[in-house]
Amino acid sequence: MIPEIGHYAIALAFILAIVQGTLPLWGAYRNNDALIGFAAPAARFQFVAVLVAFLCLTVSFVESDFSVSLVAQNSHTLKPLLYKVTGVWGNHEGSMLLWILILALFGLMVGEMGRNLPSSLRARVLGVQGLIGVGFIAFLIFTSNPFLRLDPSPIQGSGLNPLLQDPGLAFHPPFLYLGYVGFSMAFSFAIAALMEGRVDPAWARWVRPWTLAAWTSLTIGIALGSWWAYYELGWGGWWFWDPVENASFLPWLLGTALLHSALVLERRDTLKSWTILLSILAFGSSLLGTFLVRSGVLTSVHTFATDPERGVFILILFLIFLGGGLLLFAFRAPLLKSGGIFAPISREGALVLNNLFLTTSFAVVLLGTLYPLLLDAVGGGKVSVGAPFFNATFVPLMIPLLIACPIGAKMAWKRGDLAGALGRLKLAGAAAVSVIILSFFLDGDRSILPAIALGIAAWLTFGTCLDLYEKIGFSRLSSGKILSRLRSLPRSTWGTAVAHFSLGVIVAGITVSSVWQVEKIQVMKPGETVEIAGYRVIFNGVERVAGPNYTSQRGSFAVFKKTEKIADLSPEKRNYPAENSSTTEAAIHTNFYSDIYVVLGEPDKTNGWVTRLYYNPLVPWIWGGAILMALGGCLSLSDRRLRIGAPRSASATSSATTL
Amino acid sequence: MIIPFLTVIVISAVFGAYLWQVGPGGKDISTLPSAMIDKPVPDFILPPIEGRQDGLNSSHLKRGVSLVNVWASWCPPCRVEHPFLMELARNGVAIYGINYRDKPADAERFLRNLGDPYQKIGADITGRVSIDWGIYGYPETFIVDQSGRIRYRHVGPITRDVIDKLIQPLLTKIVKK
Repeated sequence: MIPEIGHYAIALAFILAIVQGTLPLWGAYRNNDALIGFAAPAARFQFVAVLVAFLCLTVSFVESDFSVSLVAQNSHTLKPLLYKVTGVWGNHEGSMLLWILILALFGLMVGEMGRNLPSSLRARVLGVQGLIGVGFIAFLIFTSNPFLRLDPSPIQGSGLNPLLQDPGLAFHPPFLYLGYVGFSMAFSFAIAALMEGRVDPAWARWVRPWTLAAWTSLTIGIALGSWWAYYELGWGGWWFWDPVENASFLPWLLGTALLHSALVLERRDTLKSWTILLSILAFGSSLLGTFLVRSGVLTSVHTFATDPERGVFILILFLIFLGGGLLLFAFRAPLLKSGGIFAPISREGALVLNNLFLTTSFAVVLLGTLYPLLLDAVGGGKVSVGAPFFNATFVPLMIPLLIACPIGAKMAWKRGDLAGALGRLKLAGAAAVSVIILSFFLDGDRSILPAIALGIAAWLTFGTCLDLYEKIGFSRLSSGKILSRLRSLPRSTWGTAVAHFSLGVIVAGITVSSVWQVEKIQVMKPGETVEIAGYRVIFNGVERVAGPNYTSQRGSFAVFKKTEKIADLSPEKRNYPAENSSTTEAAIHTNFYSDIYVVLGEPDKTNGWVTRLYYNPLVPWIWGGAILMALGGCLSLSDRRLRIGAPRSASATSSATTL
Repeated sequence: MIIPFLTVIVISAVFGAYLWQVGPGGKDISTLPSAMIDKPVPDFILPPIEGRQDGLNSSHLKRGVSLVNVWASWCPPCRVEHPFLMELARNGVAIYGINYRDKPADAERFLRNLGDPYQKIGADITGRVSIDWGIYGYPETFIVDQSGRIRYRHVGPITRDVIDKLIQPLLTKIVKK
């Protein structure tokens, strides 16, 4: 019964999405308030219907109702409850339903919170959002229905892919989808603005929070995914430029560009068509990612079981939304009047530079990701594009961007003072140079590139701190004044500072971990010791243990620093009988500066085991930095200037604020 | 202003064409084309990794049953499979390496730190020879028989299972003939 309720609810949501996608758009065109009035209630009821469908599917998973085909294929009675729930989105159909739920949630939020939007703009935004809903719900119902029954139903399910039975990956998809789908808001706003033929600073102020929320979620989602790759795949690395990783990184790059260009539009009423184009492309790249992952044109650990019929459907959606959006853009964008002018050396100029580098790196990653596929499609044979391509192209694009970041943040709007900005950053420059010199001479290899990268990290962190220091006025104000300045400094300023600071932390983490990683692979017998980076690791042997739905060979290692024992590590090789597959669980000891990372390999014939030990310095900073970056996004999001409905207060307009 | 639209149309058309190719009964990309199976190895001459002596060419592969392994120091799965290659080499299997798009110093460090299971290694700096072999991902391993014909192709890292269930039985079978 419950799956049928879900089935019914999703069909109802389909009808409501059609209503939401047609009547309000027609009403906005004909200036008919009654039709416009359909928008918000349709969004509300669509959300309720999708929520019911989602809950029904969740109940089926929790109760292990194997008469539902999807549950039988992806669940198992022995699976822990957490993974029964997360198993709902651990498969193609269920994850599509989650996607639609988030889409409907965003629609609901615009309907409920966007009451101060001009009614025609709100109707159009909700209308476009409704059309996206129509496309995706149709995709779900006609090609990927999660509620199909099985008759006769099996006694036991075939289980969830063990790689996905993991806390990091359990919450990776929801955050990722919040990001992907969040960009649909920017898209809907862009299309609505093109229909209205009007883009102004107010529009940018409405779009920014949605973009910021999407970007923050996407940041968390990507970080979770890379963290998972780090500890679950057991390769000691955390980013592999895998096409599916790139598919999530592409919208992030465009989203970052969009955040910065929307700022220019909001403050200076210019860069209009560019911002609109970015809004369309950011969602377009989310759709592209969906297509790559679900159509079966790529093979990767992440890809869902696929069939080409679905691929065609997603391709059609991609064509309608991205192609349609860009066609509208082609006709309407020339009508947008550009506002304020600015000198090349100015905050606007710096943000344009930022966009230039971000979109170029987007193009480079896109080319590297699609090239093998495009070449094969035209019969050019199989090639693969690996990490060397991305390292050789992406990194050089990032270096100038990161160097320019603190300088740009110090520029004034309209006309900036480059010498002045540089002068105020002398301390950061000095810090950067000393870090470069120190790391060049302290490192045995005397390699210059890592030293420069670390210098950039110091430049970013010190530069950001200096900027804050100056904005608060530590050097020239009395302590009482400082306190009130601290309080009145907009949250968005804090957000920018935290996000830019975190970039420095991430750069440091990436550089140090990739250059000074120590790796030891050997056969160890119980009782043997290996020294790695000043630690002694003793291997105590392997025992068999039984988990809830797996059996495991668990190695036991003790880590000593000098004579003091600092950790016990138990890497595992797990075998999941239901799914007939196995996973590697790396054991990691972290002290927030470095990780000792142990992987248990295969046994040899003489009671020895292949073990892989890594010393990964500063790896924790990569995820620490990503968390900081997301925190920066949240801080910015909590700024009252961005909260919908808050009027612009005088202080917010006058003080120099950034993202 | 129309350029972004046209770009999307072109990309979609290519995607569509590709989907049509991989559609039902069409080109299978998950198991990868095995067009090379039972064909002679492509003709090639590869220089040694800079600073080393060996180098590899197609005539080396006609002197007996051998494994050809395509690897790179920057490829994490190559590190994962490396102990198994060492084990196969210890058991007397002739393994030849194609070092794919690597920096000589990195490749050298990889072999110095982890051990060198290869009889000879050719450096495919441009990736041209790997294209002739139809390399799709790395690592990849081919089993080549006495007459220089490719008998098996494995994509991805070698594991215990792959050795026990595929490589060893096939090697035994080829040698017996």
